[in-house]
Amino acid sequence: MRIVADRERCMSAGMCALTAPEVFDQDDEDGRVLVRESDPEAEAALRAADAIELCPSGALAAR
Amino acid sequence: MTAIETAAEETPHGMPYHRETRHDPPAALMALQERPLRRMTYYPDGAEGWLVTGHAASRKVLADPRFVTGEQFVRSPTDQPHFFVSSSRHVPPGFFFFFDPPEHTRLRRKVTGVFTLKRMNELGDRVADIVDERIAAMKAAGNAADLVREFALPVPSLVICEMLGVPYADRDHFQRTSSDIFDQALPIERRDEAGAELFGYVLGLVPAKRSDPEDDLLSSLAADPDLTDEEVGGIGMILLLAGHETTANMFGLGTLALLEHPDELARLRAEPGLMTGAVEELLRFLTVAHAGMMRIVKEDAEIDGHLLRAGEYLTVAPHAANRDPARFERPGELDLGRNTQGHIAFGHGVHQCVGQQLARVEMRIGFAKLLEAFPDLRLAVPPEEIALRTDMFIYGVDSLPVSW
Ligand code: HEM
Ligand code: HEM
Ligand code: SF4
Repeated sequence: MRIVADRERCMSAGMCALTAPEVFDQDDEDGRVLVRESDPEAEAALRAADAIELCPSGALAAR
Repeated sequence: MTAIETAAEETPHGMPYHRETRHDPPAALMALQERPLRRMTYYPDGAEGWLVTGHAASRKVLADPRFVTGEQFVRSPTDQPHFFVSSSRHVPPGFFFFFDPPEHTRLRRKVTGVFTLKRMNELGDRVADIVDERIAAMKAAGNAADLVREFALPVPSLVICEMLGVPYADRDHFQRTSSDIFDQALPIERRDEAGAELFGYVLGLVPAKRSDPEDDLLSSLAADPDLTDEEVGGIGMILLLAGHETTANMFGLGTLALLEHPDELARLRAEPGLMTGAVEELLRFLTVAHAGMMRIVKEDAEIDGHLLRAGEYLTVAPHAANRDPARFERPGELDLGRNTQGHIAFGHGVHQCVGQQLARVEMRIGFAKLLEAFPDLRLAVPPEEIALRTDMFIYGVDSLPVSW
């Protein structure tokens, strides 16, 4: 799995960092998503999948 | 059933808002959920549009850029003028809630950096101090209080004032104007006047924030060469408005709901680790943004086999969607231990609540400390005597007499 984030679509709602903190963070500038771990494993991968579904702006995907 | 009755059933006139119970959405609204996306006629002219009550359909339309807020809204889903409705094109500059991308994105990003999860968690200590002060004041005053006036409203107001750099001493003014803006039972003229007053108030703070900047959000916005004074005023206004009424109502109504579900309350007291999930469940169960999220269809869109035409209105009923049995088991039950993932109490799509991580921190700390400080918290009047704000844009209670 490779997690990708489209920072142009991101609305900085922070759902990703809340749901899968080991995978996502938000930058200090305007809160947009940062991928901390693009190839998460086990539990973190499941949480990342939840975060992808929850993201309000459709900015996240797994390839 | 006669043909007329069938037709009425197919196309309800407006979104039902009369509630039978304190914590449940209107039964007539829930009955409409049989069809998650359906036709509905709007006030005042009876024009046909759409109502969304299903969870999956709500998320779909809210995330779809073809449904917009940057139009002039003249219709309402109920016989009351909706918060979105105005008699003139008067949305204040910077009030990004009523803008669409890319302008919405430009303005929203001016503030999102200060509302990140990390920043909000760092703010936890300050929120805890504010909560402690309110609790100490309640205890000092005796063994009974109006929880709304002494706790629910002051805590989020103090927090947002501090973040923005708005003098808390002015609270009487901005709390009243905010409340008038959201009061759907007031004449449109008064609500509008209140909107202009609040905008004027925040705008008036801007020059001093630029000449004598402090460590607050209004000062950093005022220093941004990319923003006009009016835009700073509009951004400040939206945050002040959204930043205290909503969380205040979650505290008031949430405390009432806990006191009326003693088993769940006992469970939470026994197991404080439940708090994070409990806050999400209260958000889902109460869904205080009950006036609905309104959008206008910008271009023809096909959703779940329906053709939504450009210009039509669409209203998402989040309080119904958050009780969709297709998504949540036993949706009518308050179950503080359940998985609430995907609830839309903060909305969905590009307008999803900017302040949600702040609201979460405020509620987790606020509820935890309230329960800890008052092990014997109870209602001071019978629950039937508590007036519910069904007419308000945000659902809640005006006052909550409690004792301990
Ligand atoms: C409920 C129905 C509402 C109506 C009928 C209404 C109507 C109006 C009217 C007629 C004006 C004067 C426009 C002008 O002088 O050009 C105005 C100004 C204003 N309204 Fe509203 N409004 C409503 C709701 C709201 C709401 C909900 C808000 C904010 C959340 C708001 C914020 C403002 C502001 C900030 C101004 C001043 C704009 C400026 O001076 O540039 N209004 N409104
Ligand atoms: C429990 C408390 C809260 C609830 C239930 C809540 C709910 C919501 C909802 C449902 C929306 C989306 C409305 C729509 O799509 O039509 C929203 C948007 C918004 N909220 Fe909140 N909110 C809360 C607290 C806060 C706080 C504390 C702040 C600010 C500090 C805030 C600021 C905003 C802003 C600025 C928007 C507009 C976002 C945009 O248009 O991009 N909210 N909120
Ligand atoms: S959940 Fe989506 S919109 Fe929100 S910060 Fe993460 S990527 Fe951005």
